Amino acid sequence: MESVIRGRVYKFGDNINSDIIIPGRYLIYIEPEKLAQHAFEVLGADVPGKLRSYDIFVAGRNFGCGSAREQAATAILGLGVKAVIACSFARTFYRNAINSGLPIIECPSLYDAAREDDHVEVDIANGTIQCQGQQHTFPRFPDSVLQLLELGGLAEYLKQSLK
Amino acid sequence: MGMTIAEKILAKKSGMPSVSPGQIVDAYPDLVMSHTATWRSVSVMEKAGATKLYDPDRIAIVLDHIAPAKTEKNAADQQKSRNFARKYGIKKFYDIDAGIAHLVLMEAGHVAPGDLIVGTDSHCTIYGSLGALGTGIGYTEVTSVWITGKLWMKVPETVRIQLHGGFSRGVYAKDLMLHLIGKLGADGCTYESVEFYGKMVSGLSISERMTMTNLAMEMGVKCAFVPPDAKTKEYLASRLTNRKYEEVHSDPDAAFSREIVVDLEKLEPMVACPHEVENTKAIGDVAGTRIDQVFLGSCANAKYDDLVVAANILQGRKIHPNVRFIITPGSKEIMLEAIKSGVLSTLIESGGTLTNPGCGACAGDGGILADGEVCLSTANRNFLGRMGSSKAEIYLCSPATMAASAIRGVITDPRDL
Repeated sequence: MESVIRGRVYKFGDNINSDIIIPGRYLIYIEPEKLAQHAFEVLGADVPGKLRSYDIFVAGRNFGCGSAREQAATAILGLGVKAVIACSFARTFYRNAINSGLPIIECPSLYDAAREDDHVEVDIANGTIQCQGQQHTFPRFPDSVLQLLELGGLAEYLKQSLK
Repeated sequence: MGMTIAEKILAKKSGMPSVSPGQIVDAYPDLVMSHTATWRSVSVMEKAGATKLYDPDRIAIVLDHIAPAKTEKNAADQQKSRNFARKYGIKKFYDIDAGIAHLVLMEAGHVAPGDLIVGTDSHCTIYGSLGALGTGIGYTEVTSVWITGKLWMKVPETVRIQLHGGFSRGVYAKDLMLHLIGKLGADGCTYESVEFYGKMVSGLSISERMTMTNLAMEMGVKCAFVPPDAKTKEYLASRLTNRKYEEVHSDPDAAFSREIVVDLEKLEPMVACPHEVENTKAIGDVAGTRIDQVFLGSCANAKYDDLVVAANILQGRKIHPNVRFIITPGSKEIMLEAIKSGVLSTLIESGGTLTNPGCGACAGDGGILADGEVCLSTANRNFLGRMGSSKAEIYLCSPATMAASAIRGVITDPRDL
């Protein structure tokens, strides 16, 4: 994970569930690239390809609700997305994202301010987001979570802790 | 200050005298469940280079989604799970014949009041029907718990749901939950624990309690409980034969974040409309909607009692010629009981077709819908594309509404038959 993430915003609404993020029929895969080919495809066949040109997802309430499938986070990483910022997240998706090394930030004020295609800058360590010349803040991650994100997720953390 | 059920269980499992909402603890689960996702957890374990498990007896594996195998890849993935179970001596291993993990584990006596259970499935909340704290995690985290025995957990706030009166004719636990999800929204109880109270709760079967704690997930809960009572003891008497347990109840002075009151007398049969569970309507507002398929299945509503409710309506009747009726009993035990009692004959004679126990069509395994088709399902999710085409529609309802609708070929109020 980069400590400062910059990029172009794609905007979603409320209640984007994990069946939309990656349909159940693709859970036979765990590889980010294979999952990314089908990420959000229920919204349209051209959607997975289109999303690859964005860096940061901004969403409304309850992003990632529904199934506990970890591949929802993996698929988003596979698209090349570097962070998801939403008004709120479903709890299992929140855990899965951090455990997969995907930075996930609750910041309702950014949802109100950001427009699609805006360029934003997220400072993970300091808890700030720059958007259209304005600064938004979010609570800093605890050190344990920062460590997981920096290592790229729980699998790598496990590997290192077993050495 | 007293504690709620979730607080007491998390305190006990993390070795603390007491905990309060917002606190983060290292908890040691009694059971780690993984289903068809097991091979993924095994892959993570191999990559991490781990060779030792914290406690093989705390691991349960049930191959329920996409079972039996449909492709060579499924077969190889299942083989990986079986080999892991054999290599590490996992006694609580259930193969493709067993049924849906949640139901199988409760039937087999692996779930007791006061237990902490995590698993690779969001509907682990169902274990609260027996007074256990169940919650979903991802497959990598399952590997981590296999190896370390623990995971961090945040102590949730607890919401008290007070039920007044009783169900009127044609109204079931499913209707109550669809009403609540519609009222509170898909994130109405995000990260919270819920506890159900009310005079009528003691009269509810374990099957109805399973439906309640299962569907609670669809309003975002971390866990849900029906406090254990005489019905719980009766259910466990023949199942939990080799272990003792202590019921966990909220203290009289426990702090609830809020109370939600539901007047059951006013409740009508409810339907969740496409494509979100919170999109609920009273039956009268959707009656007459054409259906192509009905599905009697899933961990929400494919228990024996659910099959009986459907069979009582379908007895001596035939379903509409334009409707396909898929029956997927929740578990082998349920299927056997339904065979012995004749309930399955009734369902099949009415025009239904039987599949093996498991998750089946709920998770898009068989019973796939084509463009423009409509399915009325007893499952717990109606998300876009979940059962095949993203141009198909899924409605959710109780087994009674499903059965009545199958006969007429349109969504039908079960009280009209």
